[in-house]
This record gives sequence, C-alpha cells and structure tokens, in this order.
Amino acid sequence: MALAPPITDIEQLKAHPAIARLLAWNPAVIEAVKFDRDEMTIAVERSAIREACALLRDDVNCPFNYISDVTCVDWYPSEPRFEVIYHLLSIPNKERVRLKVRLQGDSPALESVTSVWPGANYFEREVFDLFGIRFSGHPYLRRIQMPENWEGHPLRKDYPVEGYR
Amino acid sequence: MAHLSPTPTLEPGQDRTMILNMGPQHPSTHGVLRVILEIDGENVVRMMPDVGFLHTGIEKTCEAKFYQQVVPLTDRIDYLCPMTNNLCYVLAVEKLLGLEIPPKAQWLRVLMNELTRINSHLVWLGTHAMDIGALTVFLYCFREREEVLRLFEAVSGQRMMTSYFRIGGIALEPPLDFFDRVRKFADGFLAKVDEYENLLTNNPIWAMRTKGVAVITAEDAVALGASGPTLRGSGVDIDLRRDMPYSGYENFKFKVPTRSEGDVYARYLCRVDELRESNSIVQQALDGMPEGPIKADAPKVVLPDREKMKTQMEALIHHFKIITEGFAVPAGEVYQAVESPRGEMGYYVVSDGGPKPYRVHMRSACLANMQTLPKMCEGRLLADVVAAIGSIDIVLGEIDR
Repeated sequence: MALAPPITDIEQLKAHPAIARLLAWNPAVIEAVKFDRDEMTIAVERSAIREACALLRDDVNCPFNYISDVTCVDWYPSEPRFEVIYHLLSIPNKERVRLKVRLQGDSPALESVTSVWPGANYFEREVFDLFGIRFSGHPYLRRIQMPENWEGHPLRKDYPVEGYR
Repeated sequence: MAHLSPTPTLEPGQDRTMILNMGPQHPSTHGVLRVILEIDGENVVRMMPDVGFLHTGIEKTCEAKFYQQVVPLTDRIDYLCPMTNNLCYVLAVEKLLGLEIPPKAQWLRVLMNELTRINSHLVWLGTHAMDIGALTVFLYCFREREEVLRLFEAVSGQRMMTSYFRIGGIALEPPLDFFDRVRKFADGFLAKVDEYENLLTNNPIWAMRTKGVAVITAEDAVALGASGPTLRGSGVDIDLRRDMPYSGYENFKFKVPTRSEGDVYARYLCRVDELRESNSIVQQALDGMPEGPIKADAPKVVLPDREKMKTQMEALIHHFKIITEGFAVPAGEVYQAVESPRGEMGYYVVSDGGPKPYRVHMRSACLANMQTLPKMCEGRLLADVVAAIGSIDIVLGEIDR
C-alpha cells in the first residue's frame, strides 16, 4: 500500500490549468492547494468563489464547463467548521478539479454558483437542507430532502445518527 | 421556517391557469416523484419537481458504519444498478487505501457492471414504453431481465441487493457454470434487442409520442448538470468508461452512442444502442477473463479465505480484527466517478484516519438529470411530461438517498 505523500507546494503545481488560471487572475484567492491520490484540490477564499467558478468555466484552454457535484463536510468541533466542496469537470479536456471553501461555524454563508452553472441548484439546496449553509443569490433556497418544517440539519456532526427523540 | 408553508407549491400566475399535482403516487413518476405543474388547458406553463419522499439518510448512516459495512447500503441507493454503486464505493475506498486490485477481480467487476447496465436499461425500456402506451415491450424486457437477475443470484445469492463487491476484490468466486450461462445469455441477447426495436423504433405511434418531444439542447444539458444518455442524446460525446477509465475499462473496445436531436427518441436510441455495446463488453470480458486471485493481497483489509482462517493463526487474528474493529484508512479525500446506467455516479469519501468513513457523499446522476425536466416540459403538452420523465430514467431511491 504505497501512497505517495500529498504535494502542497503551489510552485510545483502551477502547471495545472485551474491553478494557472486562478494565479493569473488573483493569487490572493488561493488559500491552499493539494495534490493527493491523483486529485487536485484548491482551497478558495470565501468571497471569491463565484468569480473563481465563472473564470474556470470560461477558461479558453481548459473550460471547466460542468459541475459534477456540490457538497459539504462538517469538521465539528474544530474551526473553520464547514468545508463546501465543488467538483468541477472539463468535458473537452477530461480534467477534474476540486474547489473548497472553508466556513466558520456561526451562520455559515457564501455566494451561490447557480448563476455560473444552473445545475448547482439542487446540490446547493441539498447542502442548505442537510448542513444549514446559506447560499446568497440562490433562486429557490428551500429544503429539498427533509420536510419544510423540520428542525435542525441532519448531516451536521452534532446531530445524532438516530435523530432527536 | 415558520414563514414557509409545510409543502412547497406554485402560486398560480394568471387567471386562466391551474395548479396540478402529479404524484407522488402517480405510476408514471417511477416511484415517488411529485411534480407540481401549472397548466393552461393541456399546456404546461411551469413545472417544479418536488423530491425527498424516500429520504432515508443513507449518507448519515454511512458515517456510523465501518468501511466494509457501507457496501450493502450502497445497493439500496439505486435498486436498479446495485453493482454500479458497489463498484463506485469500493473504488473510492481502494483509492483512499492505495490498493492494487488483481486483474481477474477487475474483469469480473466490469462483467457484472455491464450486466447491471443491461438489467437497468431493460427495466427502463419496459416501463418507459408502458408509460407511453406500448404495453407489450414490458413483458419482453422483463423476460430477459429475469435471466440477468438469475445470473446475479448465482454469483451473489441475491437478485437485487447483490452486495457482491468487497473493498479489495469481490466476495466469492462465481459458480462453475456461471461463465457458460453468461455466454449463453450474451449470445442470444442481440436478437432480443432487435425484437424490442421491431416493436418500437419504426412504430409510427412511438415516433409521434417521442420524436421532437421534450427537446433539450447540448448547452442546456451541460449547464444543468445532466449526464449519461440524457447528455449523449443531446450530442455531447462523453462516457466516463472511455474518457476516464476505471477498473480496467481501458482494455475494452466499445462505441459510445450519441445522437444530436436531444429529444425523447434520441435518448431512447442511445440507450438501446448501449444495450448492444454492453453486450459486446460482456462478451469481451468472457473471452479475455484472466486467471488469478479475486482479492487483493492485503490481509489487514481483505477478509481471509474460510479455509485459511481455520488453519492459520494470523488469518484468524486478521479476520477477528477486521470484523470487530474495522480497518484504518489513511486520512484524505477522494472523488470517484463511474458511468452508471443513468450517468455520472460519484462517491466522495473523506477519511479522518479511523475505521469509519468521516463523510460519504453520493453524487446522484438522477438528481442532476431531473433539473432538466422543467426545461424539457415547459411550453409543451401535459401528456409529454410522462414521456419526458421516462426518458431521463430516474430512480427516486438515488435522488433522495
């Protein structure tokens, strides 16, 4: 079981099309990068996520034109508590990249990417429903899996597996 | 939440329109999909799918299980393609572990996955045709599906919830006559596909109900996150099996059927052609099936053989440890996507270094595909809604999880 150690040095990774594009735009938005198990992860500054997504989608050389997935991980009780994860795919180049936004635990909110990919709509609703993260600019931010009058957000780590009885 | 009404609804926009609820018990919604429609006579003005009736919290349950205990849960997400879900999950965990899988296990996985695709597409074809009014096709499709389910039962003991794959390989050697039975099925299957096509492809009623109906353009389909035959029916040529191969798919030769029309008929033709391609992959897998072990050589992850467990001390200890404590997976995160019969099925697994997954997220192809429905149906007739829902092949278990 030989796992290569992850690469976190941005100098070694700047050839990747997504990192190159973001560096050319504004290096300050990249908080961290990681290349682990053949997958590229870029941690993006919270306020820049929508613009970063729009840039990557419209990149000439490697357009990440497809949103595979939006999800979230709760690192309770450590802070920043939430990581919102975006999996992007470039259909012409067959390239994937993972964007990550870290959020503090008290009233987590960030900008919606539905204006970039309308397909993010249901995924963001699901993250809102199950984690309680608010997406500003989302056209219809309501619960999707749980009933509308449900209390709490079930996929948070401080929510018991059996639910509240 | 108090300001929200307990169930979502559409407000009527104009005096002449009315709100119609379709489902969640409507038979043509393939499970428990509720569709809220604003209609003006027979025309659909607005449409809003409402899901969540089957939500069982599988993602939450996974966090409380050992890695190997999650495999049976993955079957239950999408009951029409259990092996595809098994495969996607075990590939993700194997990537986290850095495990090498022996070739025979990989080929068996491909073989079982293509049989699963045939099974799933047959259910789709039968029910989709039945929705539109061609009742006969259903009986023909389920005749062959029954044979595939018998094959599943032969290898795994289960017809639908197979749980046949394990982290590091597969559960059991297939029974002795298994490959002969698969060969017999595969040899006769192409003629059966022709039979279905005889009933539908040139049938004028079928053409009227499907051609030019529920059209979606390639740009819209990509922007809305559609995948699989829903995307290929609009002319976007992507298939993860060919473009980002996994589990040894690079060793197989197959065509990826695409159509440019983007209507129900195009999606139908794509899937029927996929039946033939899947059958060809099954035959290639049978022809080239390598010899060798079916489990990776990783005693701390893969359960030992029964015989070894009873004769060797280490094997017994490993068995006991894996069952009672699970196995630790190095910290990290992976996203593994496979081409399920419905599109891009993805598993995002996060490990914190312990024996239980910290987070398992399933990227549901149907959930994304369903976002195309309003685009397909708005401005068209109410009867076309049924055709559109059938044509994107949704499984509500996967959407709601």
